[in-house]
Amino acid sequence: MSYKTVELEVLRYRPEDDNEPWFQSYRVPCEEDWVVLDALNYVKDYMDSSLSFRWSCHMAVCGSCGMMIDGEPALACKTFIRDLPKRALRIEPLTNFPIERDLVVVMDDFIEKLERVKPYVIRKDRKPLSEGEHLQTPAQLKKFKQYTLCINCLCCYAACPQYALIPEFIGPAALTLAHRYNQDSRDQGQEEREDVVAANEGIWDCAFGDACSIVCPKQVDPASAIQQTKIASTLRWYKNLVGLGGKKT
Amino acid sequence: MNGKPYIREIPVFSWYLGRKRDIHHMLNEVSSLFIGSYALLLLWGLKALSEGEAAYSLFLQGLTSPVSIGLHWLMLAFTLLHSISWFSVTPKAMPVQIGENFLPGYFIAAGHYVAWFCISLFILYIGGVFSYG
Repeated sequence: MSYKTVELEVLRYRPEDDNEPWFQSYRVPCEEDWVVLDALNYVKDYMDSSLSFRWSCHMAVCGSCGMMIDGEPALACKTFIRDLPKRALRIEPLTNFPIERDLVVVMDDFIEKLERVKPYVIRKDRKPLSEGEHLQTPAQLKKFKQYTLCINCLCCYAACPQYALIPEFIGPAALTLAHRYNQDSRDQGQEEREDVVAANEGIWDCAFGDACSIVCPKQVDPASAIQQTKIASTLRWYKNLVGLGGKKT
Repeated sequence: MNGKPYIREIPVFSWYLGRKRDIHHMLNEVSSLFIGSYALLLLWGLKALSEGEAAYSLFLQGLTSPVSIGLHWLMLAFTLLHSISWFSVTPKAMPVQIGENFLPGYFIAAGHYVAWFCISLFILYIGGVFSYG
């Protein structure tokens, strides 16, 4: 016997058949230890195999199953049915992204922006492998470790009002990863990222609404990364202005 | 059928109405209008002061009108909302790392409140509030 029966109202969109999305209801007998993803998989396996959604790890690591659950961006694999008081749940694809099919969104815009911030360690002075690795103290690691936990689930983009209104905005996750590498003691690529990060559509389009940090399922706190980047970028700009930076303005 | 990804339109003027978090954010954004208005009001007062006693008396008289008092309460409310909201998030913008640990956020927020208090006292002092006789 199931723990409780939940009505899932799932937004459907099949580009070959539909002009616009519509809601379809499924009554799902859920177990006590089920997350929303289990309920969706039940629908897929036993009720309607045409329903499309992304998922992979089922343990909040891959970032594939970000979706709107009762209006809030969340990971379907981390949202327990028992924690949701209502017996009817509205499941929609992440807002602020085009819908590819049902709960699957088009991520191209994010991927393009992520590439632009160069989210990898950049070295100017590449040393041979024989000289060993670039060492880092625990304190140096602690400075940015929280920002390495981002799983690119895009919940922050779905929550961000600025990204909703200004599609050019680089957005929380990409800017957070830029900050993560700028803070890494092994990295020397801050200047290369500056043109993208410190542009209007970079950090300055963030209005610090904090929604990205509130919804982040990994407690990465993108809002903090962006505000810290604003301060660092401003200080660099002033240093360059008075000739103390030694870098391009 | 259109065969393409579906793009949902954002209601540009009402997107924030459905969620408490977004309403709070918009109130914070709107507060800048009231704070800006108060700065203009102070400039207006300075201009009146530079124009002589009669002009400044007229300005002060205008401040006592019910509309002015109501607007001042509104500006004070929005200024408090803005300041408290900002101070509460300062630990995010200015984390202080000591060795492998970060200073608890409330120390940083409290530091801002102390600075706010001290600067306010200083302004009141140079404004002559504490001088007697």
